[in-house]
Amino acid sequence: MKIHEYQGKAIFAEFGVPVPEGYVAFTVDEAVAAAKKLGGKVVVKAQIHAGGRGKGGGVKLAGGPDEVREIAESILGMQLVTHQTGPEGKKVERLLVEKASDIDRELYAGIVLDRAKGRYVMMVSTEGGMEIEKVAAETPEKIVKEWIIPGYDLQPFQLRRLAYALELQGDQVKKGMQTLQALWRAFVARDCSLMEVNPLVVTSDGEVIALDAKLNFDDNALYRQTGLADLRDLSEENPHEVEASKYNLNYIKLDGNVGCMVNGAGLAMGTMDIIKLHGGDPANFLDVGGVANAETVANGFRIILDDPHVKTVLINIFGGIVRCDRIAEGIITAMGQVQVDLPVVVRMEGTNAELARKMLAESNLEFIVATTLEDAAQKAVAAAKGGQA
Amino acid sequence: MSILAGNATRLVVQGITGSEGSFHTGQMVEYGTRVVAGVTPGKGGQKDANGIPIFNTVTQAKAETGANTSVIFVPPPFAADAILEAVSAELGLVICITEGIPTADMVKVQSVLAESATRLIGPNCPGIITPGECKIGIMPGFIHEAGKVGVISRSGTLTYEAVAQLTALGLGQTTAIGIGGDPIIGSTFTDLLKLYAQDDATQAVVLIGEIGGSAEEEAAAWIQSSGMSKPVIAFIAGQTAPPGRRMGHAGAIVSGGQGTAESKMAALKAAGIHVCDSPATIGATVRDALG
Repeated sequence: MKIHEYQGKAIFAEFGVPVPEGYVAFTVDEAVAAAKKLGGKVVVKAQIHAGGRGKGGGVKLAGGPDEVREIAESILGMQLVTHQTGPEGKKVERLLVEKASDIDRELYAGIVLDRAKGRYVMMVSTEGGMEIEKVAAETPEKIVKEWIIPGYDLQPFQLRRLAYALELQGDQVKKGMQTLQALWRAFVARDCSLMEVNPLVVTSDGEVIALDAKLNFDDNALYRQTGLADLRDLSEENPHEVEASKYNLNYIKLDGNVGCMVNGAGLAMGTMDIIKLHGGDPANFLDVGGVANAETVANGFRIILDDPHVKTVLINIFGGIVRCDRIAEGIITAMGQVQVDLPVVVRMEGTNAELARKMLAESNLEFIVATTLEDAAQKAVAAAKGGQA
Repeated sequence: MSILAGNATRLVVQGITGSEGSFHTGQMVEYGTRVVAGVTPGKGGQKDANGIPIFNTVTQAKAETGANTSVIFVPPPFAADAILEAVSAELGLVICITEGIPTADMVKVQSVLAESATRLIGPNCPGIITPGECKIGIMPGFIHEAGKVGVISRSGTLTYEAVAQLTALGLGQTTAIGIGGDPIIGSTFTDLLKLYAQDDATQAVVLIGEIGGSAEEEAAAWIQSSGMSKPVIAFIAGQTAPPGRRMGHAGAIVSGGQGTAESKMAALKAAGIHVCDSPATIGATVRDALG
């Protein structure tokens, strides 16, 4: 799960990570009120779940409330396009108005999981304000890492190493160490899966503060994080994906026209891949899970068919413990509940697959029954192309 | 021959009275697996539907029945603790089926595992099967057939797909293992390739990877440096997956340009491994590689 910068900064503040004073605004008037409250120079920042907001014109410096009004009017409601949003951009519905900081140096700090080592790793760099992936690719020596010992805080020697790597001076060293430790404590306490502060800045009066906050959370741990789920902003997510998650279906929208319904995440990816190999384009990833019954299939159909680009639907089920004849029953029932006007290719393998194919063939519904995975992909791609002509 | 699971397996089921645990215990018993004990705290002294004795702790179960392997069907909030309990009881092999364990819990488990003699398979996996001898997990037994190919996979149903192809071609499997779709797992491709390399019956190994992480690249490096002579046939799922999106499995995500199918396929090819572009050709590629 992702949250907005202002929400992340509230969590930072709770754990003692210094952040600029600021307020969230949903309207122009709220933004102006926030600017008046703060006084002096402020920064107006578009709140969307994507990076690169500054370059896209979503972050502006303002001298006072009048200028904030002008800026808020232009940013609120705009489609902000960044390298992470795709060409359609994301609509800005919230602003963060915060006190402008007098920046001396821009640094970077982040925490991620190092899968190969099985440990969390804190990474810092003096190259703040840049895309960290670029720094990692071009000048990896400018990223310094410390791996956290499982069950422990960052150790003082690790914090010193990181602080010195950031070239902090005098009092800044201690302040930097405190800030980095606070970031780690927030990460652990809130079950984050990723945290980035870009930039972490040293102000002209020597404070070390988080000017940005990117936090992602481990979905598997949400059950033990009270209040966190309330921070989810559904308007940031694809409405079909939100709908699917209500039914415990795992759906991700793609750009193609072959709708896919598959049991199992690996097979679902494999099905997308083989469609592409045969010259088609998958319209989605959809894992209906281990229990593909009439209800899950019907919900899957509704979500897939709501995408106007879809020309055909490919159902690919490997029946294991759940028998294929049961699943065929589910598909036939679902087709009775949902109006399906597109060609539906069904491929079933595994327990009672033959019986299932016979049931589909003998139903009054029109299925294109496929045998192997290859056969299914070919038939689905052909059906999608036929639909376009 | 086989690896890890076989006729010597004496299985304890942690979470035997839950809905998943009880159902799959029945399936495993039916397959012929020697399930000797179950564990559900508070239900010690009772028996399950198959007459298997239930204990309060894994240590007790091991002492009373000589269990040497555990399979875990405990819900996610309690699963990491269940793994640690099995490690503490010094079982040699633990298979965790549970999906949805918080990553932070697994980081702690991993550090304990590193200091122990226990091998963990999973979590978030279908389990391990040595056809004709022993099935530990949730895979459909009947698609498997004793044979000469080892299978290691991060996926569930995609493994079944590959296994069914091998069975249809008469190649069969020595042991098939789902290692799990989470970012932190107990045994990696490399850990298991080392075991298959030494197993006389295994003539080839199928490796089914997916986007996310670098376990496939590490396996490629090990194959190259060890000079493993048995053919390895690989498929990587997620060639068409968009970056930055988690594709069902918690570990299946391309982040910051890392963990793409392209990079994995290139690393495997460079190590001389047969890489299939299509999941439909895994079986045929194994057949051709074996000549």
